[in-house]
Amino acid sequence: MISFPILTMLVLVPTAGSLVVAAFSNRRPEWVKLTALLTSVLTGALSIWVLAAFDEANADFQFVSKHAWIKPWGISWHLGVDGISLFLVVLTGVLFPLVIAGTDPHHDHKRYLSWMLLLEAGLMGSFISLDLFLFFVFFEIVLVPMYFLIAGWGYEGRVHAAMKFFLFTMVGSAFMLVGVIATAFLAKGNGPLTFDLIELAKADFAPTTGRWLFFAFAVAFAVKVPIFPLHTWLPDAHTQAPTGGSVILAGVMLKLGTYGLLRFGVYLFPEAALWSRSLWLTLAVIGIIYGAIVATMQKDLKRLVAYSSVAHLGFIVLGTFAMTTQSISGSVMQNINHGVSTGALFLLVGMIYERRHTREISELKGLQKVAPIFAGVFMVVMLSSIGVPGLNGFVGEYLVLVGSFLTARWWTVVAATGVILAALYLLWAYQRVFHGEPDEANKGFGELKAREAAVLLPLVGVIVFTGVYPKPMLDRIEPSVKRLIEHVSDKTSYVEPQPAEEAP
Amino acid sequence: MLDVVWLIPAFPLAGFALILLFGRRLGDPKAGYLATLMCGAAFVVTAGVFFDLLSHSAEEREHVDTVFSWVPLGSLQVDMAFLADPLSITMCLFVTGIGTLIHLYAVGYMHGDPRFSKFFLYLNLFAVSMLLLVLGENMLVTFLGWEGVGTCSYLLISFWHERESAATAGKKAFVTNRVGDWGFMLAMFFAFQATGTLSYIGVNEAAGTMAQSTATAIALLCFIGAVGKSAQLPLYLWLPDAMEGPTPVSALIHAATMVTAGVFLMCRMSPILDAASSYAPTIIAIVGVATALFAATIAVAQNDIKKVLAYSTVSQLGYMFLAVGSGAYTAAIFHMVTHAFFKALLFLGSGAVIHGMHHEQDMRRMGALRKVMPVTAATFIVGWLAIAGVPPFAGFWSKDDILLAAYDKSPVLWILGLVTALLTAYYMTRQVIMVFYGEARWHDAHEEHGAHGDADPHESPAIMLLPLVVLAGLSIVGGGLNLPFSHTTERLAVWLEPVIGLHESETAKVPLAVIATVVALLGIALSVMVYAKHKAKPVEPQVLAEGWYYDRTVSRFMGGPGRKAFDAAAWYDATVVDGGVNGVGRLVRGTAQRIRTVQSGNVRNYAAAVGVGVVLLLAWFVVVRGSL
Repeated sequence: MISFPILTMLVLVPTAGSLVVAAFSNRRPEWVKLTALLTSVLTGALSIWVLAAFDEANADFQFVSKHAWIKPWGISWHLGVDGISLFLVVLTGVLFPLVIAGTDPHHDHKRYLSWMLLLEAGLMGSFISLDLFLFFVFFEIVLVPMYFLIAGWGYEGRVHAAMKFFLFTMVGSAFMLVGVIATAFLAKGNGPLTFDLIELAKADFAPTTGRWLFFAFAVAFAVKVPIFPLHTWLPDAHTQAPTGGSVILAGVMLKLGTYGLLRFGVYLFPEAALWSRSLWLTLAVIGIIYGAIVATMQKDLKRLVAYSSVAHLGFIVLGTFAMTTQSISGSVMQNINHGVSTGALFLLVGMIYERRHTREISELKGLQKVAPIFAGVFMVVMLSSIGVPGLNGFVGEYLVLVGSFLTARWWTVVAATGVILAALYLLWAYQRVFHGEPDEANKGFGELKAREAAVLLPLVGVIVFTGVYPKPMLDRIEPSVKRLIEHVSDKTSYVEPQPAEEAP
Repeated sequence: MLDVVWLIPAFPLAGFALILLFGRRLGDPKAGYLATLMCGAAFVVTAGVFFDLLSHSAEEREHVDTVFSWVPLGSLQVDMAFLADPLSITMCLFVTGIGTLIHLYAVGYMHGDPRFSKFFLYLNLFAVSMLLLVLGENMLVTFLGWEGVGTCSYLLISFWHERESAATAGKKAFVTNRVGDWGFMLAMFFAFQATGTLSYIGVNEAAGTMAQSTATAIALLCFIGAVGKSAQLPLYLWLPDAMEGPTPVSALIHAATMVTAGVFLMCRMSPILDAASSYAPTIIAIVGVATALFAATIAVAQNDIKKVLAYSTVSQLGYMFLAVGSGAYTAAIFHMVTHAFFKALLFLGSGAVIHGMHHEQDMRRMGALRKVMPVTAATFIVGWLAIAGVPPFAGFWSKDDILLAAYDKSPVLWILGLVTALLTAYYMTRQVIMVFYGEARWHDAHEEHGAHGDADPHESPAIMLLPLVVLAGLSIVGGGLNLPFSHTTERLAVWLEPVIGLHESETAKVPLAVIATVVALLGIALSVMVYAKHKAKPVEPQVLAEGWYYDRTVSRFMGGPGRKAFDAAAWYDATVVDGGVNGVGRLVRGTAQRIRTVQSGNVRNYAAAVGVGVVLLLAWFVVVRGSL
């Protein structure tokens, strides 16, 4: 039976859109915008379709599409979605149309939108690839449009930031390329060469070999997450990127790192992941505390949000390596929550910049008085980022912590102080920007416009819905996470601890 | 009625949603009436549930109402569920009852405010959160309410956010509370690990079989949460500052309901506390009595009418923890209820004074107000007698219960509690005299200001006075809830017994009650001598007015070394971590330039260099190691 190749379409539609947009004449900007928007909406609709048709009880990869690509090397066009990648696909599908509809580049719409759509194709491809080589190709494709988006449409320090971003990730990628090739060849044994993820996950590596390979992958992903101390490309890139770029960078692209750690790190090399978990847990906790402290002292609003990502992503890494059902599911969920909340925060900061042409906190004051609705939306998004229960951020963070407590108690105790710091840096920033009497420069700050509201409303809706009723999401994530943990248990001596087992 | 427990929070939630959508259109005062109505409806439902529970036998007064599955994940199954039992319904009754009165009062108090409907939006959201907190069937639903009330408290303290001090106070409250929330979260993690559930019924049932160290950890971590929320030492700092919020907020959130959440949590988890090592309750009792005494000494020297009440609240909450630490949970709840009556009354009364004085809060500019505000004065005096512990007013009975329990625990605690009672009577008498008696000092004040035509103090409108009268009535008869004469008159104790057990005491009650009464009257007499008869000079040293310099020290630390440390981290990140990276970048670039003697700086060249590196690495694998 040949079914509709929906995952392939998720990659092909934005690619085609990108090419069409690039082929348009520069004199028809309205057509360019419309085509780009329609393409991204179509991709978004496809991703929603995947969500709707996804079988929540099935832990396996679904909508699988597998075709030989480079036969002699065992490389295939192998796509599939499971509970771990499902919501990342939906997030990508939903964020892009919002970004394209909600933000405008300051020049040259055509090339900007063309890069955007190519970026979407690359991200989609990365999240659904089940072939190491294919994944690597998509992972690298992503870099190119993001580099040009930052360098071409960014702010004052864009060239430096784009270069730093590119070099950092390229260094990581070099390690990963070695890892990909070495994994395939070392796993080969007497059988045929393959880059297929599922086949390779069955291989048994000698511990030392597995650890080397794991680190080759992990370095690439650690840069992407980013994990302390590899994070310094992030504040520059986030701050200098155009609003749309920042939203995608924080919302989706960082998740390549956390997703990769789960899919290609823990899944392929469980022994190595367990062996090195103390290192990762420690770096994660450092990231949580350190990111929050550094965020507190930032003078640039966008930089503050960027450092908050370092802290939030620390929670995801903590949950990943704590390796319990709750902690990993929490991490998977937090991928999405962070994408929605931080995406919305970057959109809001972009809206402030458009009005005031500054991101300096000290230049802003009393905005709540002149723009109460704008402030209200900012408040809800901020509370979600702080992790107030009833909103999305809490559910993920809580699951990470409660799950991590079972296997990594003391790390969790320290990590939980991150919730205090999160309140500190965000509320302090909010007070300086929104509270007080607006001065001359801020008196004319415009209220939320209809278009801006239309872009933010879906995100706020998701923030509230996920916080109040996370069950549909958790139901879809849980089976795949459980299967991953079973895989780890099969390959190693790891036994997931269950609560209430403690002898009285 | 038990099946509709969910309706209790649903009504204010509907109010919140309606005001969110139509608040601006409804405007002043309709939005306020809507909010009041919703809170009142919640009270009616609560009353229905209460009578339904009464009709059951004592053992069957426990009903779980599950609305939906909230966070289900593997071994962690958390429902959005409500637990209706004597404890939660007692809390609900006074939360919705007093809440409705304060909503009504606020319609008058907030009249004319440009953000009138927003105020009631937050107020209804607060009511929802508070009801979730007390009704929660498990720790996570309570935590949802716990953080919800914290958020509403933040929003309402900084309601007049144009004022720098209000904005700062709101932030301080939220962040300080979060320190406590950290404890609460860890308590949940411990409880989940030990019992596999977060449901109160499950966790409390497991208390008997739990390792004592685990029970101690859960109890003390919950207490850290309670210390934050209920403003105990050392985290009480945010509560006096919270007076920046509108006065109805101070009455509802920062006196009657939210700040008692910590006491409620300890009572809810009482089986765990009972299973903990004996030093755990002792710590709680010591923190409680220390806070009670400490805050009372500060209240003696405050001149702001609301600050006196704020420190008094901190002090009274200390009493409640003294009761919890002494194992007298009923006494804690009893005092919580009576305190809600008289402290809400006193705050609303102070609000009426502030309202009538055109936003004057300094008691040194008041005096003789009983003549122009007869109803406010009369009701305030009732509140004063209640808090001072004069029989037969409500506060006497509940405070007496606590002192009795403290005596059983240790006479030292009892003596410290008595000293606090003396100070309480003293500073409250001082306040009554400064505000309502003596000579009118507001004439001069207004002349200084260049008086406007209508600047004279005036009595508040009926809508504000009605709640005062009702609360005054409750403050008079509230003791009737739990009279110590016989087992049948101890109605509250009997009612709550299935949930929190009974505190048995062998001590003779009458002598202790007589001593307490004498001490209260002594405090009043001393204060009258000093402030009315002027027989002695007031003792109001600067150190007390400044709250023992504790707040200032903490602020200085945060603003000084604390901030410097944060700055250092930011500097470290920019200079060392990032600088190191940039240094490597420069090194690479410099080397590349020398080797290739080509003007570089082009990303494609770097990419090429990386590519070459990859090939070299691959070659190394193949050639040197012989295989990939």
